[in-house]
Amino acid sequence: MKYQPVKLALPKGRFLSSIAKLLGEVGLDFANYHEKTRQYALSSTNFPHLSAKLFQEKDIPIQVAVGNYDLGICGLDWIDELQARYPASTLVKIANLGYGKGSICVAAGNQLGISCLDELPCGGLYRIVSEYPNIAEALALNLRMREFKIFPVWGDAEIYPPENADLAILWQRDKSNLETEGLISLAELFPVTAYLIACRKSLENKDLSQILARLHSRFTRYDTVVETREFSTHSQHILKVVSTDWQAKKIKLALPDGHQHRPTSQFLKQAGFHFQGYSEKLTNRRPIADLHWLGVKVIRPQDMPLQVANGNFDLAITGKDWLSDHLYRFPSSPVEELLNLDFGKVKIVVAVSQDMPVNDIDELRLLVQTGNLTPIRVASEYINIADKYLRDNHISPYKLIPTWGASEAFLPDDADLLIDNTQTGKTLAQQQLKIIDVLFQSSACLIGNKNNISLPGKKEKVESLIQAFQEARSQ
Amino acid sequence: MENQKCKGMQDLLPEDMLRFRHIQSVFRNCCLKWGYKEVRTPTIEYLHLFTATGTLTPSKLRTVYSFLDWDGWSGERVVLKPDGTIPVARLYIDNLSEHESARLFYVTNIFAFEETGKKKRERWQFGAEFLGASKFAADAEIILLAQDVLHKLGLKNVELRLSHAGLVKALIKELKLSSLEEAKLANCILDGNWQALAEVKTNSLELNSLLANILDLKGKSGNFLQNIKALTQQASPKFKSALDNFTNIAMLLDSLDCNYQIDVRAISGFEYYTGICFQLLCGEEKIGGGGRYDALIPLMGGKNTPACGFALYADAIMELLLMEIRGESEILVKGEKLTTEVVTTCFTLAQSLREAGHIVELGLNGQEEQNYHWVISVSGKKLLVLKDGKQHQERKVTSLAEILSIIGD
Repeated sequence: MKYQPVKLALPKGRFLSSIAKLLGEVGLDFANYHEKTRQYALSSTNFPHLSAKLFQEKDIPIQVAVGNYDLGICGLDWIDELQARYPASTLVKIANLGYGKGSICVAAGNQLGISCLDELPCGGLYRIVSEYPNIAEALALNLRMREFKIFPVWGDAEIYPPENADLAILWQRDKSNLETEGLISLAELFPVTAYLIACRKSLENKDLSQILARLHSRFTRYDTVVETREFSTHSQHILKVVSTDWQAKKIKLALPDGHQHRPTSQFLKQAGFHFQGYSEKLTNRRPIADLHWLGVKVIRPQDMPLQVANGNFDLAITGKDWLSDHLYRFPSSPVEELLNLDFGKVKIVVAVSQDMPVNDIDELRLLVQTGNLTPIRVASEYINIADKYLRDNHISPYKLIPTWGASEAFLPDDADLLIDNTQTGKTLAQQQLKIIDVLFQSSACLIGNKNNISLPGKKEKVESLIQAFQEARSQ
Repeated sequence: MENQKCKGMQDLLPEDMLRFRHIQSVFRNCCLKWGYKEVRTPTIEYLHLFTATGTLTPSKLRTVYSFLDWDGWSGERVVLKPDGTIPVARLYIDNLSEHESARLFYVTNIFAFEETGKKKRERWQFGAEFLGASKFAADAEIILLAQDVLHKLGLKNVELRLSHAGLVKALIKELKLSSLEEAKLANCILDGNWQALAEVKTNSLELNSLLANILDLKGKSGNFLQNIKALTQQASPKFKSALDNFTNIAMLLDSLDCNYQIDVRAISGFEYYTGICFQLLCGEEKIGGGGRYDALIPLMGGKNTPACGFALYADAIMELLLMEIRGESEILVKGEKLTTEVVTTCFTLAQSLREAGHIVELGLNGQEEQNYHWVISVSGKKLLVLKDGKQHQERKVTSLAEILSIIGD
């Protein structure tokens, strides 16, 4: 009997080892599906018609909803995030696979003195930070918040309250990890468990029975998902969070974590600054500066331009790539580059599969115009840079697939074009991709909010920092 | 070729626009005659206008088109307006609040996401708002104005259903639920689930009979409400004052010979109503609705301003207005040969005829002659042939005056 090919999207990260074990136990194992794998495309050991691809968990619901994959496995949080905004999508939740990992909760700074959502004061403006902006918006509407602002972030939501946000909606592994951040959970929205999901079109048209039957034995019978409670907000006291320490700092600086942590800490050292908790290993997300007027927090470089724009920080060290992405989205934003710091150099490039018969963007345009590639699917972390590039080059029609890292894995099956950063181009070559255009060179830079840093009391201090950085750069 | 229109959005074709403009002109003329002034609010408004408690229900808010503007780095969201009344209330607060009252009307499109994409996501509304309207006579004015428009449009069998949001709210209060349960019940009712009210278990026999009476409340005169009042003497003062207000309006409508049906369920969707609520139906089709919303403007940060208003649903009314509205071109001016000289004569002649008040189209690409009342053919310098488009009678003419004297009537 011949089976149609079946494609499965599998998660990296938190669920990888338990899902790998589960798949093994039901006879659906994939060679190379383990923590240390460097491969994205996986093939099934026992079923030649079954293939799988490794994704960031966040990408999986989208990939299944658009029909690139028939089935997928990922946490309920990312499924809810998609469905909160797009209830009409073709995504179908098949079953809870039972592996639980923490829960999604609403947290606030513990100095607020409240312990549940019912005690949230009504009225006033709420700033909500979250990796799950759609869930956050749905919650704000349900809570009947009069006025709210949602700051979508790439990560580290726990570092924002209380100074830079009133509420964080985040994934909480366990209670103690919130407490160490000085947060208190006001409500648990739902527990995060791994779910099997399917594309409705595949369910309707494809024979997936063999795979579903194997997994069926592992479906959790009881649904541990708790419906989002409905809350009311009735108490009258006014929400006012003042962290005197943070507010008293004249200049608020955001420093990057992740890949940019090491070069940034080296650079700062060269410039003669010491940040306790940041300089060597990153041990404190609120490093302590030698300078008493400087407040520091460690956040994702991707989130910095927006955070500087809305005044949560005066300065930040991020990449030109993220600054450009922000400015293309918000052309009148008050964020500007103050100083090129010259380290962390990467090129922002456009790449396609080596098999694609084009060598530059003009040839690609012709290919799209002849209708052989309509619409062209473009994967990028930099959605605004990508959008602008495609418009400027009259590539039409196109579909943008936002990604959260490892975008090169999308080509050639799930995207036709990649806009990404590269240092040497080696990874791209390994993935059988070729570069057809270079957009610009990116490097680390100091950014600032031009409205804020010109204020008296800030101006001189910012200037002294810039001068120290300038000297360090020319060393 | 595949349809390229965005899902759920609307194209209005020439025939649709004729009907739309017809409804609009009837609506505008009525409103202007009643002393209402036209306003227009922007397509994009801030989301927070609509999130304030008591403006839109969460289920409505979930269908709002909201997004970040090009300067939305602060996280402030904007929306494609989902409702006509709230923007007008905002306009009043921003610009006109020094006037104690304002009678305003508008024609607008509103947007709400509809999942399947098979129904409309963009709809048109004709609405009128009486801001600063404290007296119950104002409620009657709003109802009569809406009916006047529908009458002038020639719609037959329009049914008016009356309810009272204050009465329903007072009733819910009688149940003495926790604030959480109360909010939940109110949301159910606004989304049209009245069963939820019937299912509330109460300990009091009297309350149960009150509930049953109210839910079955159907009648055709103010006297009926008087009877209900006699039956509910134990109710709270709030309930009684709402019932009094309801009765007063009903009696007034009675004396104005306005027919209605009292149906407590005739409330839907909008949480901002505080007093009388009404729906207008034609057959099963809802063609309009409105009511009193005294709390809206203060809730939005304005002064304490009682108000009431209504909206007519253009899309539903267009479907019902099947009458033919003529709008074709009247005269076709064409040339035998399109030389510069002939075309110049055509243009000049056409312009003179337009100035005389006629609709004139130039025949530059072989239009069908039978679609026009008159066809004028230009050949050579001054040789004109005038044809009756339908009957094909031809005659030669030489001057504009001659043409006008023939087609003048």
